[in-house]
Amino acid sequence: MDKQIRRLGLALVALFLLLVGQVSNLQVFAADRIANDPANAKRQLIAEYRVDRGSILAADGTTVLAVSRKSRGELVFQRRYPDGPRYAGITGFYSLVFGRTGLEYSMNPFLSGDAPELATQTLSDLVLGRPKKGGTIVTTIDPEVQATAERALAEQLPEGGSGAVVALNPQTGDVLAMVSIPTFDPNPLSSQDPELIRSTWDQDNEDPARPLVNRAVGELYPPGSTFKLITASAALENGATLDSSFPNPHELDLPLTSDTIENFGGGSCPGGSTTTLLVAFTNSCNVIFGEIGLQLGPERLAAQARAFGFCATNPPDETDCLEPTVPFAVPFQSGRFPEPEYFQGRDPAVAISAIGQDNDLANPMQMALVGAAMANGGIEMAPRLVTQVRDANGQVVKRFQPAIYGRPISPETAAAMTQMMVSVVESGTGTAAKIPGIQVAGKTGTAQHGEGVAPHAWFVSFAPAENPQIVVAVVVLDGGDLGSEATGGHVAAPIAKQIIEAYLGGGG
Amino acid sequence: MSVVTAGRLRSRTGLAMLLVAIAAGLGAYVIAGLGLRGKVPANIGIYGPLIAGGFLAAWLVQRKVAPNADPALLPIAGMLAGIGFAVIFRLDAGLKPEDKLAQEQVTWLLVGLAAFVLTLVLVRDDRRLDAFTYTIGLGGLVLLLLPVVPGLGATINGAQLWVRIGTISFQPSEFGKVLVVVFLASYLSNKRELLAQGVGRFGLPRVKDLGPLLLAWGASLAVLFLEKDLGASLLYFAIFVVMIWIATGRPSYLVLGLVLFAVGAYLGYLAFSHVQLRVDYWLHALDPQHVFDQGYGQIAQGQFAMASGGLVGTGLGRGSPTLIPYAATDFIFAAIGEELGLLGTAALLTLYLGLIGRGMRTALQRTDAFGKLLAAGLTASIALQTFVIVGGVTRLIPLTGVTLPFVSYGGSSLVANFVILALLVRASSGPWERARRG
Repeated sequence: MDKQIRRLGLALVALFLLLVGQVSNLQVFAADRIANDPANAKRQLIAEYRVDRGSILAADGTTVLAVSRKSRGELVFQRRYPDGPRYAGITGFYSLVFGRTGLEYSMNPFLSGDAPELATQTLSDLVLGRPKKGGTIVTTIDPEVQATAERALAEQLPEGGSGAVVALNPQTGDVLAMVSIPTFDPNPLSSQDPELIRSTWDQDNEDPARPLVNRAVGELYPPGSTFKLITASAALENGATLDSSFPNPHELDLPLTSDTIENFGGGSCPGGSTTTLLVAFTNSCNVIFGEIGLQLGPERLAAQARAFGFCATNPPDETDCLEPTVPFAVPFQSGRFPEPEYFQGRDPAVAISAIGQDNDLANPMQMALVGAAMANGGIEMAPRLVTQVRDANGQVVKRFQPAIYGRPISPETAAAMTQMMVSVVESGTGTAAKIPGIQVAGKTGTAQHGEGVAPHAWFVSFAPAENPQIVVAVVVLDGGDLGSEATGGHVAAPIAKQIIEAYLGGGG
Repeated sequence: MSVVTAGRLRSRTGLAMLLVAIAAGLGAYVIAGLGLRGKVPANIGIYGPLIAGGFLAAWLVQRKVAPNADPALLPIAGMLAGIGFAVIFRLDAGLKPEDKLAQEQVTWLLVGLAAFVLTLVLVRDDRRLDAFTYTIGLGGLVLLLLPVVPGLGATINGAQLWVRIGTISFQPSEFGKVLVVVFLASYLSNKRELLAQGVGRFGLPRVKDLGPLLLAWGASLAVLFLEKDLGASLLYFAIFVVMIWIATGRPSYLVLGLVLFAVGAYLGYLAFSHVQLRVDYWLHALDPQHVFDQGYGQIAQGQFAMASGGLVGTGLGRGSPTLIPYAATDFIFAAIGEELGLLGTAALLTLYLGLIGRGMRTALQRTDAFGKLLAAGLTASIALQTFVIVGGVTRLIPLTGVTLPFVSYGGSSLVANFVILALLVRASSGPWERARRG
């Protein structure tokens, strides 16, 4: 019998080795594949919400944009946005139904504590039996600039109006403010009540004002005359000077067609039978910039737009450029300018594109980047939204340094552009942005975008002109008046003015 | 003199191992509380002394009435039961009223230890059981078939293996299993020469000697047909075949047993939709169109739990094992896999291997056929049951619901396993062939 007993023992050991093999397969070799099965989503969700997700802070390191609180529900932690609507375009939301957006999405590896930089911290959490803590994100947002921008924009908007503002530090690319109106409250979307989440989501999506759209970075609009910043840069880069003279008719006949380009108001530009680049820019003369566009040709114009970070599209299509040309921490639609091939056999389109119409598209972030390159001696900094990540002990585990995107224009061109933009605010279309004691540089825009719709009012500016500290780009959608180019300035420029005043008056 | 010294040494080693086991179980309980709530469980002051006291009392009695017994058996069972209790407490935390399962499990653990002590005290020499072959056999059969008695039986989760008297329900088959093993050890040790007489080239048993084998096959089929308890019927038959093979030394019994098993399994598959379903659950547990369905979903959740646990697990109280249906009973192995990882499950399997090793050693040390068959049969019953449930939970084989010995929640199972443990301890305390102990 002993022989059988030994064999039985061996057989049982063999059976258990089968079990060990199967368990090892389940828990190690096939573990990732099985654990990531979509049907296992609930377990992943519970695990995700067991992490004490890191906070998102303003540049001051104290103002809280997003924070985790203990929840009373089934999930352990709950996301809170103390000033939700104001920072919604920056933080995004953190929803158990609709996922993550904004910094909650792009910085998730840090916020959730999964990034390798936080391994020491999370490992000690595990060993000491503490809840896993994510990293804290410090942003570049200046709460005062953000609040001022929000208030100034809201004041200029008509009932139900929409618009957006981006304020940058031209030397670092730091995003001081990013405002889009209307906005939404990320709190109900980030709640743990699926019914509330869905009803809020439906409400936000069905709202004709489209509050979930971040108009500062996420959509594109015709830039109108603010595109003359690019056309003028191209002219200067290609040999023109502020004094270069151009014929000054009251309208420009477009080749191959019976169409014409007219100046706003219909008259000719100041200066007689010829006028200069400086005068044409100061008064935003469409006729002259149409001429300049035709003289430059599509290659030079497109190359200059590209250098500022506009994306090339041919055929012009908003669905191209899924990745922004200039990298950014939240989804950013780069401006659009057609490929040169697009203009073959379409000479008039060159002239119209040179004044920011046809298929030109931009948003406040793109235009702020253009302004920032001029304010920073021709060096365009990539926009920076996050400066550092800290672990739960306040130790900085990751820094994001300022980064140069490119050098779209020479320092000389940048200086000339600054001079022309100062002239716009001193005596041109942008006088509404004048601030006593501070030299402001700016460019207005009034962009038509369809029959019977009020044009978009734009303003791109920086100050102080001699040592720029802040760049502000504003768009008031459907907020201008077709009658006068200056209305763009009247509507959008005062917003920029208030922001610049608040920033330079308060901090710098 | 040397025997006494050896006995003392054994008992001291046993005590040290038992203390480690108790510490591990209660430590796991405290860690589970910390993981769940961030604080030490409030009832540690009650459960701690009860569990530690219960095991120490059992150890004292064992030292007194079975001084030469294998010292490792009680600590191994203690460690398994301690981990089981901690995990049951953890699984209970999401339920209302809180702590109900843990409280019941402690109660049953103490009842189990009492049964352990009682068995050791009553059965001073296991060979005396050999005198009651047919009484025990009949008792086992009655217990097996009790759930089929009208008015007594209750169907839970599709299987009619429960008996309900008033508010108390229990699974008599758990105790029936013990009696069946004792009966078989007794019956086979008496009839082994007879059964071993084969005829023909292949040493096939004579037709009239096949009686018991066919009877056991019929009984397990009856359990399957009448009680719809696939797991138990499979287990009984396997234990029977293994024991008759050990007793006779004839491989033909193994072959025949396998053939009968195959026929029985095929008949069961044809006759019962629930057997067909079990196979389908097993094959298609993770299919997207089934993964949330009943049956499939349970196996899928077990797979997800173990895969999510990975190598080291989430830590006790930090996973989501409550998502698994029947996590405290059939699927407790998957819950352990999620929170303690492969390290935990491998440790658990190692503990069972330890138990199997000690049991087999006892069988080898015994000089009498009855003792050998008893020890081997009891060990095989624990080992096979563990294989059936762990294999089912891990999707190695189709799932049949049996408990994980000493670990799963459930009074009948826990008490019955402690009776098995007591019989193993008793079997290990002698009589041996002295020379073999070296």
